[in-house]
Amino acid sequence: MMIDPLTLSIFVPLFGAILTFVFPRVATVSALLAVLGTCGAVFVLALKILAAGEVLVPLGGWAPPLGITLRADGLSVAMLAMTALVGLLVSLGALESLRDLRQRQYFWPLWLLLLTGMNGVYLSTDLFNLYVMIEVIALGAVGLTVLSGTREAVRAGLEYMYASILGALLFLMGVGFIYLQIGRLDFAGLIAAEASGATSAALALMVVGLLLKTALFPLHFWLPAAHANATAPASALLSGLVVKAALYIFLRLSTYMPLPDETLVTLIGALGAGAVLWGGVQALRTERLKLLVAWSTVVQIGLIFIAFARAGQAGLTESWKAAAVLILAHGMAKAAMFLAAGRIKDEVGHDRIADLDKSEIRPTLAQFTFAIAAISLIGLPPSLGFIGKWSLMEGAMAAGYWHWVAVTMIGTLMSVAYFSRVFAGFLRFDRMRGELSEHKGWALADVAPLTLAAAAISLGLMAAPILSFIELGYPFGAAP
Amino acid sequence: MTPDLIYGLTGIAVFAIGLVGALCAQDRLRRVLALKLCSVGAGFLLVVGAWRTPSAAPDPVPHALVITGIVVMVSATAVALALIRRLKSLEAEDDD
Repeated sequence: MMIDPLTLSIFVPLFGAILTFVFPRVATVSALLAVLGTCGAVFVLALKILAAGEVLVPLGGWAPPLGITLRADGLSVAMLAMTALVGLLVSLGALESLRDLRQRQYFWPLWLLLLTGMNGVYLSTDLFNLYVMIEVIALGAVGLTVLSGTREAVRAGLEYMYASILGALLFLMGVGFIYLQIGRLDFAGLIAAEASGATSAALALMVVGLLLKTALFPLHFWLPAAHANATAPASALLSGLVVKAALYIFLRLSTYMPLPDETLVTLIGALGAGAVLWGGVQALRTERLKLLVAWSTVVQIGLIFIAFARAGQAGLTESWKAAAVLILAHGMAKAAMFLAAGRIKDEVGHDRIADLDKSEIRPTLAQFTFAIAAISLIGLPPSLGFIGKWSLMEGAMAAGYWHWVAVTMIGTLMSVAYFSRVFAGFLRFDRMRGELSEHKGWALADVAPLTLAAAAISLGLMAAPILSFIELGYPFGAAP
Repeated sequence: MTPDLIYGLTGIAVFAIGLVGALCAQDRLRRVLALKLCSVGAGFLLVVGAWRTPSAAPDPVPHALVITGIVVMVSATAVALALIRRLKSLEAEDDD
């Protein structure tokens, strides 16, 4: 019997994680093979989706409500593909940047465990399964946060752990309410169920849990320290991929259990606006490069929620696409930016923004990568970030919700301002204390972030095929 | 009041107590214990879902869910405790 690519994309990284943990000597090789295998499985799955629209696999032949079904459609495969691409390039970047033996030994199993959980989230159709997967992600993500072993990293990791467990338990409590009320936990059962007080309470609990995990303002308190103090490849994975899992579950839930009224949709958008403004102010104030990049993640998460709320409840059948494009764009651009920031920190020796222009060492390629990634995050054409922001504003204007356009514009201006603080440090040469060292700081490690940043820009040119791909299999239930 | 309602409300109350603790406690260990309390509350609620009229056999699915939840929570607690210990020793090193 041929094993299907859905099962493979969960089990290949899982077995990879076990192998790399048990046999640390061959960890690097087996980890790269596992990531490549996952990429292959996702590619085969994407071809299947192009042909069939959606793929369903009842695990072990058990049908729901008793069994668990894996389901792939355009949106989930787009998320899987983004995860696989970012994962592969971050893994290649990690080959160079993880020099410490201990870090190397634990990075691979933790990262592959994380990949298992991420792929599991994108393919699950069952609430309890999602709970287990977000816990798997949390264990991997906290491990990666504390990998550097410094006091700040461990402190931030513990804070992250508390937030993560609490978010997952709120979600679990919501799952309990659903089971009491409906007696089923699969998505098909949720769609069939009638809305009641108990399901609204369940939805509220699950949404708060997910917002805590995805770090939407004002529940973002754990994110900046955790993402800024991790080692560069870990930061790239945490910021580029991990926060997207809870966001994705939120998007899915909002179809299967629609938010009961307009006020809640507006509230979600208002929290997003808070994130854009507060995150922007903090990014303008921060003194360290990696912290600035972490605050920019808070801003981008807010932007994704504004995209979700851009046209109110009536527009949700279209708005999710803007949110999905922003998720994909941010995943690639932010991973590239964190890797580049890590390279700059390694070469220059520090990451104080104010002293970047005093350095005689200019890691040119890493600085260039940082700038291209910033283009996508700011949302300049032709990047994928631009497409996402454009469809956000287009939908908001069409619905007459000009306040979302205004917030997005302010956020864009602020992002230009805080990234310019960094560019000024890259481009000023009059405050150096010695001679400029020519051609210093080019390395093989620059290839991975540069490729990611280039992908974030150039995929904007393929926006039409991407938009029609994520609609395959009707993720948002508008089947004819 | 039916027994399942009493158990259900107890589960919610235990969860709420844990939630307050997780948000307000200062001590690191206390916060872990508060989170454990939350998980017990959530588990309680799921077990109530298994309850049917006294004559019928209970629904096995919630039991399976609770067992999985316990396993997940044990590993999460272990990680949190390990982090607390590491942080304590790092802080002790810095004080010297």
